[in-house]
Amino acid sequence: MSEEQKQNGAGPAEGETKAEAAPEGAKAQVPPAKTEGAPQSGEAPQAPPQPAEAPQQPAAPQPGVEPKQTSGAAPQPAAETQTAAGASQPAAQQPAAAEKRPLTDEEKEARRQAALAARAAKLAAQGGAAAGAAAGAAAGGRAAARGAAAAGGEGSEEPPKPSPNQPKLDRAVQLLKELVAEDAVEEASLNPFNDDMPTLVIRGEHWPKAAETLRDHPEFGFRYLRNVAGVDHETHMEVVYHLLNMDSGDTYCVKVRTNRDNPSVPSVVSVWKTADWQEREIYDLLGIAFPGHPDLRRIMLPDDWVGHPLRKDYVPLDPEV
Amino acid sequence: MIRTEELLLNVGPQHPSTHGVLRVVVKLDGEIITHVEPVIGYLHRGTEKLAESLNYTQIIPYTDRMDYLSAMTNNYVLCYAVEKMMGIEVPERAEFLRLIVMELQRIASHLVWWGTYLLDIGALSPFLFAFNDRERILQLFNELCGARLTYNYMRVGGVKWDAPEGWIDKVKAFVKDMKSRLDEYHNLVSGNEIFLARVKGIGAYDAETAIQYGLSGANLRCTGVKWDLRKNEPYCIYDRFDFDIPVGQNGDCYDRYYVRTEEIRQSLRILEQALEQFPPEGETMGKVPRAIRPPAGEVYVRIESPRGEIGCYIVSKGKAEPYRLKFRRPSFVNLQILPKLLVGESMTNLVTILGGIDIVLGEVDC
Amino acid sequence: MELDLANITLEERRELERNVILGTVEQLKGWVRSNSLWPLTFGLACCAIEMMAAGAPHYDLDRFGVMFRASPRQADVMIVSGTVTKKMAPLLRQLYEQMPEPKWVIAMGSCATAGGPYVRSYSVVKGVDQIVPVDVYIPGCPPNPAALIYGINKLQEKIRYEAKTGKRVTDG
Repeated sequence: MSEEQKQNGAGPAEGETKAEAAPEGAKAQVPPAKTEGAPQSGEAPQAPPQPAEAPQQPAAPQPGVEPKQTSGAAPQPAAETQTAAGASQPAAQQPAAAEKRPLTDEEKEARRQAALAARAAKLAAQGGAAAGAAAGAAAGGRAAARGAAAAGGEGSEEPPKPSPNQPKLDRAVQLLKELVAEDAVEEASLNPFNDDMPTLVIRGEHWPKAAETLRDHPEFGFRYLRNVAGVDHETHMEVVYHLLNMDSGDTYCVKVRTNRDNPSVPSVVSVWKTADWQEREIYDLLGIAFPGHPDLRRIMLPDDWVGHPLRKDYVPLDPEV
Repeated sequence: MIRTEELLLNVGPQHPSTHGVLRVVVKLDGEIITHVEPVIGYLHRGTEKLAESLNYTQIIPYTDRMDYLSAMTNNYVLCYAVEKMMGIEVPERAEFLRLIVMELQRIASHLVWWGTYLLDIGALSPFLFAFNDRERILQLFNELCGARLTYNYMRVGGVKWDAPEGWIDKVKAFVKDMKSRLDEYHNLVSGNEIFLARVKGIGAYDAETAIQYGLSGANLRCTGVKWDLRKNEPYCIYDRFDFDIPVGQNGDCYDRYYVRTEEIRQSLRILEQALEQFPPEGETMGKVPRAIRPPAGEVYVRIESPRGEIGCYIVSKGKAEPYRLKFRRPSFVNLQILPKLLVGESMTNLVTILGGIDIVLGEVDC
Repeated sequence: MELDLANITLEERRELERNVILGTVEQLKGWVRSNSLWPLTFGLACCAIEMMAAGAPHYDLDRFGVMFRASPRQADVMIVSGTVTKKMAPLLRQLYEQMPEPKWVIAMGSCATAGGPYVRSYSVVKGVDQIVPVDVYIPGCPPNPAALIYGINKLQEKIRYEAKTGKRVTDG
């Protein structure tokens, strides 16, 4: 949840070189205990933002403020954060992408901005850039993105360390667009708290196909589904999948959003069997339906239970007993 | 004309071999299982919902009670997630203490498994052996943090209590004894004809199936997949120590048994090295802000618990309480394969296979 | 053999006092029952592990005549060791009813006593005494095996006391 790398609108970046490819995707699985999870171990200490700043930043762009309004100042420092990720990115795509995004999720926006700001601060500190600039970036997260878009190539002069996962993310977006659908990817970003884990938001209607692609395509090879989590964001629901490629050690996070009134996300049990109970659990506790699930029943609670407890507005029927 | 009827058998939720309150509804054709329906949720306590109204330090005791056989690793995964979000450095000594208790916990957990598994398939004395040795570990924990089972030992940024004087030496003595005890265990059980007849070739699956079902821990490694998060995605200070990942070949109950007993040996190896390198002094708590408020964002961390990959997914909105806290519980995921393994097996193998998966119901239901 | 208790010598009387205990049949039953409490292995959660540990060599519940039985039909006492959820509650009641009289219930741990740390949870029964009558409550989360042994001793005391006096112990 970080950089304003909205790549859904425009075409894929051309100049990208795929840093690593997982060639032996669909081979028999006896991987030789690879420890080359370089991003995980190497980056660990620096990935999270400085604790001193981090807590304050969410306060800046608070809910209520429309994301677009925040674009006030500080276009300059933005460039560095932006280029931190993809120096060769065609910059013009950013605003277009920004327009497209649904306005429903202010909080997510705020969150993203905060993360972005935190990251900007960190990178600035690392790259030796002025701390003030970082603070400016923190103030207007969105502005930063805009600024980056405007500033364009200028970013390439700034030296902040690009994340090793950025090329992977770009490549993933490109592949998904080519193989699944042009609008399959809603958002793509790196999660700065999680060793820059590539995070993709995929449109629900394209999710089953995207899941298959993610599993079978030799460059993804995510044959292991680590975790499925459902989140009630009050404005919308989200199902979060963490995928793992056991050969390369890559972990991606894929999210599928759905509306809150009638939540439904296509099931991926046919792709990963392990999703079976996990989806049932989410159905039980959050009430997200998974069309295509072979046996969608309550799993934790009794069958006659009313309501979905993990929803934020759940009120227990009998608080006393 | 002979007509046979299918027998519907309900195993559990109160059954000594289901390790808690698992219920398995089995359809039988004679002795052969034709259909299996595990029913879970009898211990669903709503931890994740409770966590949303508690601050991070308050959640730690709840993680103890999730997988109550390996509370230390559960403590760790939550603290690790929060530390990761906030960028907190954990002092050296605290990391060592964490590693030592986690490995002791792994041994204790595997001992419980070893004892109860053999009890399930009909051998009483291993249970007595295992619990005797486990009691020593619990004594060590008791000295360290005052609890035998639910420790609430770790905190965001370190550990709550420093090791009392002489504790490290006691652990050293335990490690030394445990090594010879492990050989005794092998002498007692591992070559036993009856035992082998019960477990060899039973409940076998291949690596592809294991990955499809998202199995982790010994359930995955028994198929030959060398995947251990301590090595593959090192956390804590595991990358400093030298140890092997035991793997099986056939993916049957015997291989799971072998992998787990061998893991005890590897844990002892890690412990030996860690105890040698244990820093004689130092802080046990890092610099932690008074209020633990991770910045808005989300994180998924995972570590190797005795049962497999335990993960913690936190969505934070910058408050002291998590917005959403989800645990990826290895037992829950591992248990899914049960119906696949049981269909076509004889009824007597139900307990063998179920025990081999090594579940803890507190974790399955959460 | 005839025994005329009215005309025995002092020595005979002393010998009798040393070797013969007089009491009611109730008391005898209470003594027998209290020394062979067979609990149902009703492991629910964390406390079950401590219950197992109490049965294991170090604490050795067998010393008190406590042998775990797997079937409610053979059990006298139900040790509710762990959190009782709303899904489990009807089954717990059913198991209780399957046990033959006389029967006792020990609520082990704070979850079984009053909901414990999960008291605010949506799916947990706040104390097993809402479902079955409880004789002994053991606090702790989880209680030490020694505490379980103490609880069992208390139950034994209670059984003997009730058999001796005919009064019901309601609290304390």
